[in-house]
Amino acid sequence: MDIKLQQVEYAYAKGTPFEKRALYNVNMHIQSGTYQAIIGHTGSGKSTVLQHFNALLRPTSGTVVIGDRVIEAGKKQKNLKEVRQKVGIVFQFPEHQLFEETVLKDIMFGPMNFGMQEAVAKKRAEELITLVGLPESVLDKSPFDLSGGQMRRVAIAGVLAMEPDVIVLDEPTAGLDPRGQREIMDMFYALHQERGLTTILVTHSMEDAARYADYVSIMHEGRCVLTGTPTELFSDETKLREYRLELPRLVAFQRKVEKLIGEPLRELSLTEEHFAKQLAAYIKAGGRA
Amino acid sequence: MMEKMIFGRYIPGESFVHKLDPRAKLLFVFGFIIIVFLANNAITYGILISFTFLVMLLSRIRPYFIINGLKPVLLLLVFTFFIHILFTKEGDLLFELGFLKVYEEGLRQGIFISIRFLVLVFMTTILTLTTSPISITDGLEVLLNPLKKVKFPVHELALMMSIALRFIPTLMDETDKIMKAQMARGSDLSAGPMKDRIKAVVPLLVPLFVSAFKRAEDLATAMEVRGYRGGEGRTRYRQLNWQLRDTVILVALIGLAVGLFLVRG
Repeated sequence: MDIKLQQVEYAYAKGTPFEKRALYNVNMHIQSGTYQAIIGHTGSGKSTVLQHFNALLRPTSGTVVIGDRVIEAGKKQKNLKEVRQKVGIVFQFPEHQLFEETVLKDIMFGPMNFGMQEAVAKKRAEELITLVGLPESVLDKSPFDLSGGQMRRVAIAGVLAMEPDVIVLDEPTAGLDPRGQREIMDMFYALHQERGLTTILVTHSMEDAARYADYVSIMHEGRCVLTGTPTELFSDETKLREYRLELPRLVAFQRKVEKLIGEPLRELSLTEEHFAKQLAAYIKAGGRA
Repeated sequence: MMEKMIFGRYIPGESFVHKLDPRAKLLFVFGFIIIVFLANNAITYGILISFTFLVMLLSRIRPYFIINGLKPVLLLLVFTFFIHILFTKEGDLLFELGFLKVYEEGLRQGIFISIRFLVLVFMTTILTLTTSPISITDGLEVLLNPLKKVKFPVHELALMMSIALRFIPTLMDETDKIMKAQMARGSDLSAGPMKDRIKAVVPLLVPLFVSAFKRAEDLATAMEVRGYRGGEGRTRYRQLNWQLRDTVILVALIGLAVGLFLVRG
């Protein structure tokens, strides 16, 4: 399912003294089945943009196209539920949205709202709880008895249970320990590949954007200023600095290595594995790129 | 919806009213609330209205904004107005329509009560719009200080108030976030039959309460760690500063009271 933003502008509290412009003329095209990362400095409008993807916010001017739904500024919208079922959002700190008595009920909450049969929803919950890396015995517990990391996983399962075509992740790993971060990000990547989920990742982490994304968009002061493949974007250090972003640590490291050996390596490495291979090949070739 | 709410909000500014000492403003509003009841004829109500209008001009807040923000109150106003019109049965009969009988006294009462109500709401709204919550609490703490003599926990009350006020926007933000998260999961507060809407409040309230408890615990710990031991022996960082203009508005208030007293019928 494609998502297109056409000249989208958004202002909070429009028409009051508290009015705040958040988006200016944002154009974005997220193709079906791709993994798109949106990066940008704090306050650049990332979180505002992502709420347009399932019509939680509607543009103050411009158009948002979600699949075959066209959401235009100033028009009343009916039946946004079907949009929201297709586009699942995992918000920042999603553990704050848990409320049911048991984990099972909480995971079933989303699907049941969209009219899924109880038995089907239950089966989904049982599958998903193992997918997010928790034992099935958790299902009968109260979500408030779990640890922070476990709650996060339950909340994610709750969104996945709706079987969305598009999943939007707003810093899904903020505040988790490094291992948990890696596990969750890998799980989303696996889902993206196995089920062809369109994935949109909003993040501060250049590393995650470089590692997983097919395309990266940079937001800066309410505008979408650059879109390209990670290789394109991260090769241009001066541009990044202009938008107050840093190189992924690995790319910075590669640059340092290149400085030491006095010549650039053949490709830009976005994963440690790739970099290690490239370096090994370089050494084997007797120090020639 | 919440964006248009203006109760308890504060708009920073540099106007005459903004710069007043919070103690003076609180005393002023308190005095004004009493004085409003002195009015009892057309002239006195006229004076009240123009006085309120003057204060509004001095605060340099766009009148349109205040009026727009007070729309919810308008409903209450209309309600009281009609209650008075329909149930006061004194004076001459103005007109009747079936069982509906409108009497002169009812109309008069209805109008006057509405003005009274409106003037009060305006004045208090201007107070909160021009005074930061923190200075309201500071002012209140000082004004309530005499009550310490009768063992009233003034400091604790002021602390509770300032914490409560500080967390209103935070909790509003959180409400908004949780609401959106649940909407993304297909729950809808703003559509469907009433029964469903009421049911949809639970997924909003439970997380909100849970996080409020957590927040309270964290805050209490953080305060204790920083050496908070209660009100005894604390010094103040924000000092209140009484100036000539503060005296001036209180004198103006007394002037208003005397004026109303003289022309009231």
